[in-house]
Amino acid sequence: MDLANIPQTLPRQSATFDPYTISEIRRAAATGIYDIRGAGTKRALPHFDDLLFLGASISRYPLEGYREKCATDVWLGTRFAKKPIHLQIPVTIAGMSFGSLSAQAKEALGRGAGAAGTSTTTGDGGMTPEERGQSKTLVYQYLPSRYGMNPDDLRRADAIEIVIGQGAKPGGGGMLLGQKISDRVAAMRNLPKGIDQRSACRHPDWTGPDDLEIKIEELREITDWEKPIYVKVGATRPYYDVALAVKSGADVVVLDGMQGGTAATQDVFIEHVGIPILAAIRPAVQALQDLGMHRKVQLIVSGGIRNGADVAKALALGADAVAIGTAALIALGDNDPALEEDYRKLGTTAGAYDDWQDGRDPAGITTQDPLLAARLDPVAAGRRLANYLAVLTLEAQTIARACGKSHLHNLEPEDLVALTIEAAAMARVPLAGTNWIPGQTGL
Amino acid sequence: MCGIVGLFLKDKALEPQLGTLLAGMLNVMTDRGPDSAGFAVYGSGDAEHVKLTVRGRDLEGVAAAIGGEVDSVVRDSHLVLSFPKDKEDHVREWLATHRPDLVVIGSGHRIELYKEVGLPADVARRFDLEGMSGTHGIGHTRMATESAVTTDGAHPFSTGADQCLVHNGSLSNHRSLRRWLEPQGITFATDNDSEVAAGYLSWKLREGATLAEALEASLEDLDGFFTFVVGTESGFAVVRDPISCKPAVMAETDQYVAFGSEYRALVGLPGIENARVFEPEPARVYAWERN
Amino acid sequence: MPVIDLATASRRSLNAELHALPANTNETLWRVENPQGQHALAVGLDAPIKVEIAGHAGYYCAGMNKQATVIVEGNAGVGVAENMMSGMVHVKGDASQSAGATAHGGLLVIDGDASARCGISMKGIDIVVKGSIGPMSAFMGQSGTLVVLGDAGDALGDSIYEARLFVRGTVKSLGADCVQKEMREEHRVELRRLLDAAGLPDVQADEFTRYGSARTLYNFHVDNAAAY
Repeated sequence: MDLANIPQTLPRQSATFDPYTISEIRRAAATGIYDIRGAGTKRALPHFDDLLFLGASISRYPLEGYREKCATDVWLGTRFAKKPIHLQIPVTIAGMSFGSLSAQAKEALGRGAGAAGTSTTTGDGGMTPEERGQSKTLVYQYLPSRYGMNPDDLRRADAIEIVIGQGAKPGGGGMLLGQKISDRVAAMRNLPKGIDQRSACRHPDWTGPDDLEIKIEELREITDWEKPIYVKVGATRPYYDVALAVKSGADVVVLDGMQGGTAATQDVFIEHVGIPILAAIRPAVQALQDLGMHRKVQLIVSGGIRNGADVAKALALGADAVAIGTAALIALGDNDPALEEDYRKLGTTAGAYDDWQDGRDPAGITTQDPLLAARLDPVAAGRRLANYLAVLTLEAQTIARACGKSHLHNLEPEDLVALTIEAAAMARVPLAGTNWIPGQTGL
Repeated sequence: MCGIVGLFLKDKALEPQLGTLLAGMLNVMTDRGPDSAGFAVYGSGDAEHVKLTVRGRDLEGVAAAIGGEVDSVVRDSHLVLSFPKDKEDHVREWLATHRPDLVVIGSGHRIELYKEVGLPADVARRFDLEGMSGTHGIGHTRMATESAVTTDGAHPFSTGADQCLVHNGSLSNHRSLRRWLEPQGITFATDNDSEVAAGYLSWKLREGATLAEALEASLEDLDGFFTFVVGTESGFAVVRDPISCKPAVMAETDQYVAFGSEYRALVGLPGIENARVFEPEPARVYAWERN
Repeated sequence: MPVIDLATASRRSLNAELHALPANTNETLWRVENPQGQHALAVGLDAPIKVEIAGHAGYYCAGMNKQATVIVEGNAGVGVAENMMSGMVHVKGDASQSAGATAHGGLLVIDGDASARCGISMKGIDIVVKGSIGPMSAFMGQSGTLVVLGDAGDALGDSIYEARLFVRGTVKSLGADCVQKEMREEHRVELRRLLDAAGLPDVQADEFTRYGSARTLYNFHVDNAAAY
């Protein structure tokens, strides 16, 4: 044997201590602080891709595209509000704050949503006049922090969304580093400029659904019962949470799966707390059905909605509408490959950029830096969002027509099958080619 | 989540009105708890006799079938059996053998316990709470959080003689507590976190703690958010967890001490305009005993 | 003077009437009878009127108040004057938890005691409590002033930002990053203004101790990790 040429085994990375994990341990050891970033869960999760539609063939007949209508509108807030909201499409823009996003980005979202006939939502920081001016339908978030909360904006809003949690960090609060507290943001939030912002995880003046009921009463009384009241939760125990939201008096429940993005929170939160939206929708709908409230209290779901198939699948499982956050930002121009050189300078690459808390976004979206923010043309970006929303809607309609539906809301769970056992169990639809729904039916 | 009410009478003259006053308090707390309601009343009885509250169907004739010196009162789906204390084992054995469908939900010298699914006003009416008299009582209206809306899940929970507990809040470690208590001989009929709290207190009392000591210990061993109102033969006690997010209002006069989740529950009480109205502090046990 | 009796009228009609008042209304004094601890009384007001509540109020009395003066002649439940923007709320009895929560302006005076979380997340309101306050008060207090003639419970000013706290009695314990601070002339002037506004001309500023943020949690340092 030639000792100089003994075959070597290949260098082998550990699946447990993979390069990413090793880099994170090294970073933790160097800094003594948890990693904070934006966006949603990045690891692979059971998701809508594991579901497929059963299009029409001989037992079912399809509808012609274009001529035969497939309606897409949705009413939200019909339970108690004097002025429920009527949206043209069942896709809304999720809550994202001015502060986490630039004013240009907020304006673009308002323009795009308005053109598409849907709503935008304020975030943890309050309502800006620009957003109210641009957005035809604006949902005003009511959060534990109450930054910028005031009765005038409450009355200017088209709906009020009481935020109990979000998918990225259900139960979360804690310390957020490097928040983009510019002068304007500091003034709106009533905080000293440039400090690290601390987030409360519970509301300051109520805890629990019995006291939430009284809080909802108060908000209705202040706004003379005009506005729909939404209750938003991160997906954890959706059956109980949706039932309790209904019992507390909500008009609409917003359910955000773990894939839902955030401006910034601890990475461990994003990756390890909360459940995928695929697993949350059926229990939520079951709770509504058990209370006789399905379609009477509307359900909006979010967390990783990317295309018209995701929209159609969420609706088929029983949701009334979906919300998009990350996808909307990408449509505006977030993580654009054309900016690769800038991403490299930040130590990352297009598609992976998620240190939104640093406020150095080359796309001008998750930043308060005026030079960077000026890179985003709100009119052009608004146009891109409107285009994307149109595609989501057309794709969902295409699928619905293929299943013989004249309204997106007539999509039902029985139009779906699953590719994996996990997805079948979570979505409570059969494994493709079988009658088996794990946990529900036998083989 | 829920509404809790409690009334402990210092003035004997009010005893015939206990049920009426408690029914009024319970009714006001419907908003906090529309799913089910329950109450425990400490009424007639003595140290030589035991009362069992039993729930189920076909209750007429049970007492006669047991035979011996067993008196009974049937109220809707509940039956109260009273008999000399040395007969308790016999009665329980008879029920277990001949009527295993019936559930014993309360026992003791003076306690009677009633609970059902439905609006509080309907529950009170079914059992004629307004006609009951006694020295003290506690009641509960329920909005189920993590367990089902069933009669079993309704409060009060009674895990020992003349003991009962109602709870507003959500315990975060009740599964682990359950696994610790079961080997100690405490049995549970439901998945309800409140039942675990009741079982914990019964265990502590069985091990020789006073009620106050048991509640002090609960502040260490139970985790989550809770306001408890506990009844015993001679009194009642109140405790809130250290974070005290769940509400609690008390009112005291020369005639009574009252508890409600909201002040609204107390407005119908006699002399409430001049009562000392206060909120129990977090992590502190308040107890009242009959002399 | 309009008198609304909540034994016969609904809370909805009370709030609706008050909301319908124009800014220059002549009906500037209202009386509400038989409140019986009802919630959300006189909420969302936006006119320079005075509303007297003849008894105990429930949760969120005078919530989001603007410009109005609301007098509660009894006790007030959870969240009295929560998110108030301007105006004044005067509770003659005791206040329950979260009094003045997240409020941006105005003056809240409590003649009796306030329980836990008084002034939580305060954002500019001035609060004067003539009695004592409960634990976890001024939690995350961002701005505004809390004046307490009696004692303060545990964890006063935990995670406080720039709100100012003045306590005349004892403080059971201070929360994370809340420390005793030097009383300077500017603080005496502010305190005097609030004591006068609360009808306490004979109480002296120097009887109080000032508390506020040590500002060590403003920028994270790993050695402070235990404080989070």
